[in-house]
Amino acid sequence: MRRTILHVDLNNFYASVECLYRPEIRDKPVVVCGDVEARHGIVLAKNYPAKALGVKTGEAIWEAKQKCPGLVTVQADFKKYLRFSRLARKIYLDYTNQIEPFGIDEAWLDVSGTEKIFGTGSDIANQIRQRLQDELGITGSVGVSWNKIFAKLGSDMKKPNATTLITEENFRQSVWPLPVGELLYVGRATRRKLQKRAIYTIGDLANRDISDLKLLLGVWGETLWHFANGFDSAPVKRFGEESLIKSVGNSTTTPRDLVNNQDVKLIIYVLAESVATRLRKHGLKCRTVSISVRGNDLLSFERQGKLPGMTFISGDIAQKAMELFQANYRWDKPIRSLGVRGSDLVTANGQVQLDLFDNSKLDAETLEFTVDNLHKRFGHYSIQRCSMMLDRKLTGFNPKDDHVIHPISYFK
Amino acid sequence: MGKVFVQITAEHDVNGAIRPLTIRWEDGRIFEVDRVLDVRQAVSLKSGGLGIRYTCKIMGKQIYLFDDEGKWFVERK
Repeated sequence: MRRTILHVDLNNFYASVECLYRPEIRDKPVVVCGDVEARHGIVLAKNYPAKALGVKTGEAIWEAKQKCPGLVTVQADFKKYLRFSRLARKIYLDYTNQIEPFGIDEAWLDVSGTEKIFGTGSDIANQIRQRLQDELGITGSVGVSWNKIFAKLGSDMKKPNATTLITEENFRQSVWPLPVGELLYVGRATRRKLQKRAIYTIGDLANRDISDLKLLLGVWGETLWHFANGFDSAPVKRFGEESLIKSVGNSTTTPRDLVNNQDVKLIIYVLAESVATRLRKHGLKCRTVSISVRGNDLLSFERQGKLPGMTFISGDIAQKAMELFQANYRWDKPIRSLGVRGSDLVTANGQVQLDLFDNSKLDAETLEFTVDNLHKRFGHYSIQRCSMMLDRKLTGFNPKDDHVIHPISYFK
Repeated sequence: MGKVFVQITAEHDVNGAIRPLTIRWEDGRIFEVDRVLDVRQAVSLKSGGLGIRYTCKIMGKQIYLFDDEGKWFVERK
């Protein structure tokens, strides 16, 4: 059966939400940005007036202000965006239970077989757009097609507030002339490789011999060729069908550059604490710890190491992370951002190998649960490691709750 | 422009539906809600907010009363 798949992309999501709450800034150029003091001061989203003046996502605020002196900057409020994302999902749920979110502001919907109830794919797309406008006050672009890849391409073609239909009859005219970089998973590196072989558009890619592409890009070549020809058959996940967790990690860009081992240790403790809490929350333990380090030249690397056993104790994770760090960093430049991740996960309630002489580990686990409880009852900062007091500015953040938007992969 | 947050008295029935009975305006006057004509999720572009919108008849006039997660407001004319 031919499927009908919608991809809904909420236009300028963060900026639209902020403008909705503040009617007085609606017609002015507006950007939503992170906390400047904490050095997260880049443009996260912009509205159309700001876009017209050439402001780009990812720019520093001072750059944006140079382009556009009357710029209104609004600090991001993720709780608000999550609420809108949830409300939008509630609208989608009226049409189908196959909803697969892609980030906070995008989602795929499989509405196959509902023609008799709601009308064709474009009818549903238009209904959803109208409801987004009436009920949430934001606009969305919708792509309608028979596979997820073309639906996503469609939602990018006409903006804002438009429906784009890509059918098996018209995709050669509408999709194939697009530059190959528009295709999902053709990034900078792949695009460069393809361009060297004179593949500039999606049509060029689709008309190439599949074995050529396999030689050039490996399995990826095949996958991309299928994408370009509209053969992608990945299903849209059911609502609430959570993917299996493969790793739990947190990272942060620090308020100032880290210059010595003690700074790093503090941050690693904060991150390990959050990773451990989240592992406990999901009832998991990790057997491998990895760290990612980014210097102030923005170049980064990752290292990982195995733990002797499995754990969800923050101290163990932090110790391993610190060990990895000291073995792999020579302090040739200050550090801008750090990440800690626990992977190789197992369920926590499995059997434990007890030590004949030292069973302090069990006590440590009980202690961690007690700390969790205190956090829950009295707030995140009610009980902390003493070392956190060494530099409040550096450690005064809560990676577990401050920010909950995770990039996700198409191939889960 | 803007919104006026108001105190309300309401009736919560066994199904969880809420029916506002009176609203207390910022100057202390209390108005009775004569009829609720429509209830739906909606946005208030004029005042910059959103919530469950109750279209109410009060003293012969039709007004929009919004419930934004427990905080009730009326659009300021």
